[in-house]
Amino acid sequence: MTEVSQEPAPKTRGNFDHILYVLRANPVTLIAFGMFALLIFSAVFGPSLVPYDPLATNAANALQPPSTTHWFGTDNVGRDVFSRVIVATRLDLSISVAAVALSFVVGSILGCIAGYWGGWPDIILNRFLDTIMAFPLFVLAMGIVAALGNTIENIIYATAIINMPFYARLVRAEVNIRRDAGFARAAKLAGNSDIRVLAMHIFPNALPPMMVQVSLNLGWAILNAAGLSFIGLGVSPPTAEWGIMVAEGANFIVSGEWWLAVFPGLWLMIAVFTFNLLGDGLRDIVDPRKRT
Amino acid sequence: MLASSPRLRATLLRVAQSIPVVIGVVIISFLLTRALPGDPAVYFAGVAADTASIEQTRVAMGLDKPLVQQFFIYVGNLLQGDLGQSLSSGRSVAADLAKRLPASLELTLSALILAIVIAVPLGVLAATRPGTWVDHLCRVVVTAGVSLPTFFTGILLIYIFYYLLGIAPSPLGRLDFIYLDPDHVTGFYLIDAALMGDWETWRGAAKQLILPATTLALFTLAPIARMTRAAMLTALSSDFIRTARAAGLSNRTILYRYAFRNALLPVVTTLGMVFSFALGANVLVEKVFAWPGIGSYAVEALVVSDYAAVQGFVLAMALLFVALNLVIDLLYTAIDPRIGFSSK
Repeated sequence: MTEVSQEPAPKTRGNFDHILYVLRANPVTLIAFGMFALLIFSAVFGPSLVPYDPLATNAANALQPPSTTHWFGTDNVGRDVFSRVIVATRLDLSISVAAVALSFVVGSILGCIAGYWGGWPDIILNRFLDTIMAFPLFVLAMGIVAALGNTIENIIYATAIINMPFYARLVRAEVNIRRDAGFARAAKLAGNSDIRVLAMHIFPNALPPMMVQVSLNLGWAILNAAGLSFIGLGVSPPTAEWGIMVAEGANFIVSGEWWLAVFPGLWLMIAVFTFNLLGDGLRDIVDPRKRT
Repeated sequence: MLASSPRLRATLLRVAQSIPVVIGVVIISFLLTRALPGDPAVYFAGVAADTASIEQTRVAMGLDKPLVQQFFIYVGNLLQGDLGQSLSSGRSVAADLAKRLPASLELTLSALILAIVIAVPLGVLAATRPGTWVDHLCRVVVTAGVSLPTFFTGILLIYIFYYLLGIAPSPLGRLDFIYLDPDHVTGFYLIDAALMGDWETWRGAAKQLILPATTLALFTLAPIARMTRAAMLTALSSDFIRTARAAGLSNRTILYRYAFRNALLPVVTTLGMVFSFALGANVLVEKVFAWPGIGSYAVEALVVSDYAAVQGFVLAMALLFVALNLVIDLLYTAIDPRIGFSSK
């Protein structure tokens, strides 16, 4: 991959053509990119564009079914469900992006150290990752949040910890196979320090598979965070968040007020679906052989 | 003797490998119980505790001793099956968990069996007929399945089958109150009721089980189907299948005797990951359906800050998961056709 860096211009061109080709061959990926743009748009501009205040209650207008004024209906205290669902996008995406970013950075550093130097840091890291993976991950996240305290930051830390092994293992494997590669030795002989060789020459090779992992992981992180708030961890009630909205709406589903739980749940599903499709699409671009 | 039986050696090696994992799990659980913000004694003493009772809890829990000593006390208690006292129920956490575990296992296992029964044939069909509607169906199911939040699927199913169609019983627990609980033998209502010959109760319990089990199965189906399809495709394109075809074996023999048996190996390996998801999703499903298992126990404990119960639950789940992984890997050595060939 790096060996071709002699002629950067045609290489980029080839990459771009390849991406275009994949997108054309797989319209689903194109749709996923579109949905992704929509999600980002509602996360950034949603709070300033929604028709109602997501926290404004109106007891006279409670439990109204979807209509032209309230597209997704109103909840038990008269808040507009559509506004709450859109506003929640920012919080849900921030939690998962922060968690994934954290596990990306920590996982990369640990994976690089273990993969490049080997020896006892490698053994300790592997034992540690095995231990984390020995827990059912959602249950471990519950335990961590229960132990650290019931806040949004701790939801982020818990989600980051349970995602970290995937990144650390991936980076460790990618770094390890290139540790003694010709280009790495050449860079070392040219007088670069170990850390520089690692960061500038070896680690970038791990980035394409990492990006795929990030995309697949984001969907899972959203699911995880929403699941934690569904059981009452992290986000506290008046805040608009998909998991907690589904939990609140669940009480009304047996009496037929479906819109309270269904719309936030649907949005959550769409978000996760988007990231999963995106991950599959990225994988087709990065590594066509792994296509399943 | 060990050298002459590679299967036995592989089995013993695998059992030995799970020992460090169990030690790691216990260490992390210990750290989690001690990592409570501020003073753990304050949490474990309860909300209404005064200074004296907090101090009493501290001494009773050994929190005044050094951390290493605390760890060994913790391990000693664990070996005696002591996970501490639950504040909300007043009983020992171990007893509470043991009482509720069968409900969770019944739910998780039925869901897994349901998922395997649907996913494996779906994956095999998709792999043998690439590009047909089965293949597309498989792809849609796989991607949609992993995107479904289990708690949302559960609520949707309740709305459709309980509220709209009225064919499902109310989503509250394992058995409607008009039935009596079957005598406790295994704790699995379906098995206990069948043992008693009480088919009325059996049907009642099965009716309650269908929706939560389906919810969980929908979630676990996707990774199994995906892996079956991929493994089947790999197996079908390998050299030994080409040889088998060249030798003129029937399609059926090739597919089931050779391809499927080899494709099973990666599928069994994925089951470990699937169990991890299933046990986590189990907590959410139990909350949605008010299922009286250990998941809803932990959620109730979380709400009232009953930390001993939560940490006991986390440890119990982890040990259960380690045991399941062990069973899966032993199953792997049992079905792997390659192990033992050299000795023959």
